[in-house]
Amino acid sequence: MTHWIIVPVVLPAVLGALIVLAMRNDLLLQRVFGLAGTVVLTGVALALFRAALLYPPEVYLLGNWPAPFGIVLMLDRLAALLVLLTMVLALFVQLYAIGTGWDAQGRHFHALFQFQLMGLSGAFLTGDLFNLFVFFEVLLIASYGLMIHGGGRDRLRAGVQYVAFNLVGSTLFLFALATIYSVTGTLNMADLAVKVALLPPGDMALLRVGAMLLLLVFALKGALVPLQFWLPGTYAVAPGPVAALFAVMTKVGAYAVIRVYTLIFPPTAPAIGPMIGDVLLPAALVTLVIGAIGVMGAGTLARLVAFAAIASMGTLFTAIALFTPQATAAALYYLLHSTFATAILFLLADLVLARRGTGTLRQALPPVAQGGLLAALFFAGAIALAGLPPLSGFVGKLLILQAARDQAATVWPVILATSLLMILGFAAAGSTLFWKAHATLRDPGPEPPATAALPLVAVFGLTGCLVALTVFAGPVLRVLDATAADLYAPAPYIAANALPAQD
Amino acid sequence: MEYLIASGVGLMTAAGVYLILRRHTFPVILGLALLSYAVNLFIFASGRVVIGLPPILTKGAAGYTDPLTQALVLTAIVISFGMSAVIVMMALGAFLETGHDRIDTNDGKNDGEGAGD
Repeated sequence: MTHWIIVPVVLPAVLGALIVLAMRNDLLLQRVFGLAGTVVLTGVALALFRAALLYPPEVYLLGNWPAPFGIVLMLDRLAALLVLLTMVLALFVQLYAIGTGWDAQGRHFHALFQFQLMGLSGAFLTGDLFNLFVFFEVLLIASYGLMIHGGGRDRLRAGVQYVAFNLVGSTLFLFALATIYSVTGTLNMADLAVKVALLPPGDMALLRVGAMLLLLVFALKGALVPLQFWLPGTYAVAPGPVAALFAVMTKVGAYAVIRVYTLIFPPTAPAIGPMIGDVLLPAALVTLVIGAIGVMGAGTLARLVAFAAIASMGTLFTAIALFTPQATAAALYYLLHSTFATAILFLLADLVLARRGTGTLRQALPPVAQGGLLAALFFAGAIALAGLPPLSGFVGKLLILQAARDQAATVWPVILATSLLMILGFAAAGSTLFWKAHATLRDPGPEPPATAALPLVAVFGLTGCLVALTVFAGPVLRVLDATAADLYAPAPYIAANALPAQD
Repeated sequence: MEYLIASGVGLMTAAGVYLILRRHTFPVILGLALLSYAVNLFIFASGRVVIGLPPILTKGAAGYTDPLTQALVLTAIVISFGMSAVIVMMALGAFLETGHDRIDTNDGKNDGEGAGD
């Protein structure tokens, strides 16, 4: 299994370069190779996931340098799970982009898409903090290109803001890394975990600063209040399939928080204590409230979904902030669910925009082609994201509420009240978009042109993932429980690095 | 020496933060560049400031200077250079499309719809 770990990083890198160099003028070739690449990557991700379930964490030494000196990739259950999630989402998003012709609206869509996948899987797989920064930059620079794909005034201006924001984030990341390095003298995550636990009290203040700066960076990526305001403007103007793919980008922030604050700076470390959870929980709850209010007040469907994405990040960070195995398992389940649900709604917003020319929620407009079908899909997505039964959002929120029993006084009312607000917001939006549309119809206009089937296949595929997540909630949860248990008992992860004995 | 480096990092960060809070794109880009210079110096200093020592241990050397931070700085410089190029191109594109380089996107409408189609 050894060399398979690097395939999710190397394959898209080679493929992306090949697409730029050899087939930049042939869209069909780009589509074939891009899609084939993503299919192969999904297969590899499945194989890696199976290996991670069966075997203990595995290390991959880049350049064969031993662990604390060289850069390592680490395959454990969490990393494999997120790589698999990324690839499955990417497969459907790519089908959608091909089906709607989004990839033909600008150049290099498929190359950027592959580079984005490279950055994402690299960020999930790496076992080195500085390498995490590098992969963050890889996925960001690809996302800059994808974000302004198709061009246009609004998109470019939002793109400049998005880039500026993330550059500030990268600068903070570097400050945090340098601070941590200056105290511990290492950047390998497993080595850091060992060194942080043994740190003399004199160095603890600097380390705390570093840990807090890192949290700020991950909060920026994960759109946590007060660093959430870049998200609605960016995601609402990004091309539909790109916004759907970005559903997993905010999850990179969540992943990094889970990884860093269970492995390197766990609440049990004397230098850190409960500090991270104490900061994260209120911020997550405020994020949830702001997201829900945004859902109520959004003027277009895409903005509504963007605010719903913020709310789902709030829910996710609430579960993460509890830092117990049970809550982390619930958070992972909600992470899987909210990625798919957000992606479905972003794709639907794009379908409505393409059929109607506007996604406005301020007035009812005539019905769109295949309105009934889109309405049904919107209904399913909204139910899932708001957390109503029977879809996985309900299961996820239930798990989080159950895990937060100790903080029931603060967490429960916020989650339940924001769920209600989101249901109201989605209901109002759905009735304006699909229901009142019929009342505006005085004379049936010309029959709209037939629409391609592939985009709907993609949306149905993602909905199928949600249904599968609901139906197989039991087996999925068993896997996630084991994943979360691994995170809170990191000895095998550290042992896999084969660090030299501490002097 | 330490004072010089520390105040250099501090000054550049302060100037960078001031600049990225401006309303136009050009100062913001300059501010980002200054921030990246500050962080490069900061990373360099995180390997401890020493003078005239080799980066690789040799026989008879009195000590060594940390080579890793120098490699990290190199990576950070390359990345921030690439990122600066990207944001300059995008800001230029946005300027040519809109006719101004104000950073706030709010000129009459804020619904962010119909982008580019």
